[in-house]
Amino acid sequence: MPRTPMMIEKGLTLVDAINEALYQELERDPRVVLLGEDVGLNGGVFRVTEGLQKVFGADRVVDTPLAESGIMGTAIGLAMAGMRPIPEIQFEGFLGPAYDQLCNHAARYRTRTRGAVTIPLTVRVPWGGGIHAPELHSDSPEAIYAHTPGLKVVCPSTPSDAKGLLLSAIRDPDPVVFFEPKRVYRSYREQVPEGDYTIPIGQAKVVQEGSDITVITWGANVFQCLEALDKLPDDVSVELIDLRTIYPIDTDTIIQSVQKTGRCVVVQEAPKTLGMASELATIIQEHCFLYLKAPVQRVAGFDTVMPYYKLELDYLPDAKRIVETIGLTMAY
Amino acid sequence: MTQAHAPTPAPSPAKPDSPRAASRRRMAEQLPDATLIKWLRDMFLIREFENRTAQAYQQARIGGFCHLYTGQEAVAVGTINALQPDDPIVHAYRDHGHALARGMDPRACMAEMFGRASGCAKGKGGSMHMFDKPHWFFGGHGIVGAQTPLGTGLAFAAKYECEVLGKSLPNPGVLDGQPPKKKVALAFLGDGALNQGALHEAMNLAGLYSIPVIYIVENNGYSMGTAIHRGTTMAHDLMAKARAYGIEGRVIDGFDVMELYDHFKPLVDACREEQRPAFVDLKTYRYLGHSMSDPQKYRTKDEVDQFKAKDSIDCMAAYLMGERVDAAGKPSLSQDQFQEMQEEVRALVRDSVEFAENSPVPDPAELYSDVFVNPQPNLSPTAEYVKGARNPLL
Ligand SMILES: Cc1ncc(C[n+]2csc(CCOP(=O)(O)OP(=O)(O)O)c2C)c(N)n1
Ligand SMILES: [Mg+2]
Repeated sequence: MPRTPMMIEKGLTLVDAINEALYQELERDPRVVLLGEDVGLNGGVFRVTEGLQKVFGADRVVDTPLAESGIMGTAIGLAMAGMRPIPEIQFEGFLGPAYDQLCNHAARYRTRTRGAVTIPLTVRVPWGGGIHAPELHSDSPEAIYAHTPGLKVVCPSTPSDAKGLLLSAIRDPDPVVFFEPKRVYRSYREQVPEGDYTIPIGQAKVVQEGSDITVITWGANVFQCLEALDKLPDDVSVELIDLRTIYPIDTDTIIQSVQKTGRCVVVQEAPKTLGMASELATIIQEHCFLYLKAPVQRVAGFDTVMPYYKLELDYLPDAKRIVETIGLTMAY
Repeated sequence: MTQAHAPTPAPSPAKPDSPRAASRRRMAEQLPDATLIKWLRDMFLIREFENRTAQAYQQARIGGFCHLYTGQEAVAVGTINALQPDDPIVHAYRDHGHALARGMDPRACMAEMFGRASGCAKGKGGSMHMFDKPHWFFGGHGIVGAQTPLGTGLAFAAKYECEVLGKSLPNPGVLDGQPPKKKVALAFLGDGALNQGALHEAMNLAGLYSIPVIYIVENNGYSMGTAIHRGTTMAHDLMAKARAYGIEGRVIDGFDVMELYDHFKPLVDACREEQRPAFVDLKTYRYLGHSMSDPQKYRTKDEVDQFKAKDSIDCMAAYLMGERVDAAGKPSLSQDQFQEMQEEVRALVRDSVEFAENSPVPDPAELYSDVFVNPQPNLSPTAEYVKGARNPLL
């Protein structure tokens, strides 16, 4: 929705930024439709689509029945016909019922038709823990979708990146899973570029330059890493990389950084085994083996179901674990 | 694009499908006073429990998401009391009421919401994940509709015990090799879950193999902010869905617990006897928001008040304290007894809150417990992983 005076003065939350991107794209491109449970009248569970149905009508911001497989499949059909559907799945755990449509169809269609049919689909999904929600409402399944050939996976951490990446995702001719870190949804405001603003998919961001050690993360964990950086002794110079796009992976930025620093810690809140950190560590050993001064380390969630909120903070990587792991890597 | 079916009007409490004739209470009326009084108490317990839950949630002593059952109490009490204690039950996420009606200790239920180690799922599941296997209560599910095939499977197993195995599987209250019993499973779902594929797959399977599961749609008229006719075809005649799968369907009034029982008990008995499925459109209403953060823009206060006017607890209390009298004209429940009951329940619920509050939070070691039956090295997370991971640098 158009910016209010308060937003102009204080900036946008991540929710505002996504809402703005959707508004702009609905306005710009008549092929764009939003669909999902309660996205219209109610503005979505997290109020991300607030106000859009009023402006663009119920044919373009479509309230659907509670039926993720149906929502996803219908969106894929729309995309096949040349529309630009943006389904919302209320929480990442609800991708379960939609998995078949997304991974067995959307992801494979272009290959299956030898390039004849493309699926310009952007699936918006609130992602990750840290809001005291139980399992299925706090999971981090990015690796599952990154592991699915044919899907691009994006996970911004800031309002500006969210806007820029969402506009790119909508315009991308291939299916994009757009994970929105719930923990950041309303956690802070920042000034976000106005008007048409895109950030290319597939580009990581160097949040802070440094020379001793590379820390790679994405989504809400960027903020735990920043907190950790504050707590580190001044003589440790950290290069912090926000992946922003989970797949395709920006290998150049990573390789350049680790060849410079010779050390790397990857921070993810997903379970440890076979998460994105595993892939990044592999890429690093393939390309930076002779530069490494220490093994690549992972700070991760555990190989178990996301626990209810009293144990949430034990599960999620925090500044303390990150500081410890950086310390161990430095001292190796 | 307009919807193909003319939208049915907003829900109104006026017209449940089953007639409210005077003779309808035959069956429930014949139950002893003590049974009916227990039902009233259980409904009141659920109401009071939810009130305290709401309070604790607002004070941030309960975290996560929390879906309250207030207004729907008669459904859990009326249906679950028509079962045998070892008939399996599955439910969705608005599950505190069912757990209590099934006999879960309020302490275990409250402690679960407080995320404490003494909760029914060791404080690892929360409000949506009430489990009580000893009471054959198989939870609490956060994925809408996902529980319905599970209920079908539980019923399938019971039928298999009778027709193939010839004995019971070892389970709570069952000794090895005991003769099998004819059972019925209840699969509760909300009206929103009517639209999930899982339900339709389950119903087709149950219809095909005549599996003794009853799908109970707790039709409170809304799926979050979506009124049923905005999300479901044939909302005015859900029996069409049952017919499509060759399953008997019934519409039952869920406001009056005795009427509910009168219609539901014979259905349970028939499904048990004939080992076949059924589908129930149980008309009910939730008084509060979908969850604790729901501005409720989708309905009017007037509508809510209309339903509150036929509150199931009020009706039952009025019946027991007025209409229902013995030969000497003495009502089954006196004002004083009702007062006492309320006090007893309030104390019980207060105790559950205190218990929850004073219980320890789960040890971080619980993070890696209960993932596998037989944890093996390098398979499930082990103690070594906690706090800093198994680290080759250490
Ligand atoms: C697969 C899935 N999609 C969406 C949700 C989010 N959600 C939770 S409850 C709910 C509404 C369900 O309504 P209904 O089935 O009528 O049950 P009620 O809340 O009325 O008890 C929705 C959309 C979910 N938990 N799981
Ligand atoms: Mg409902």
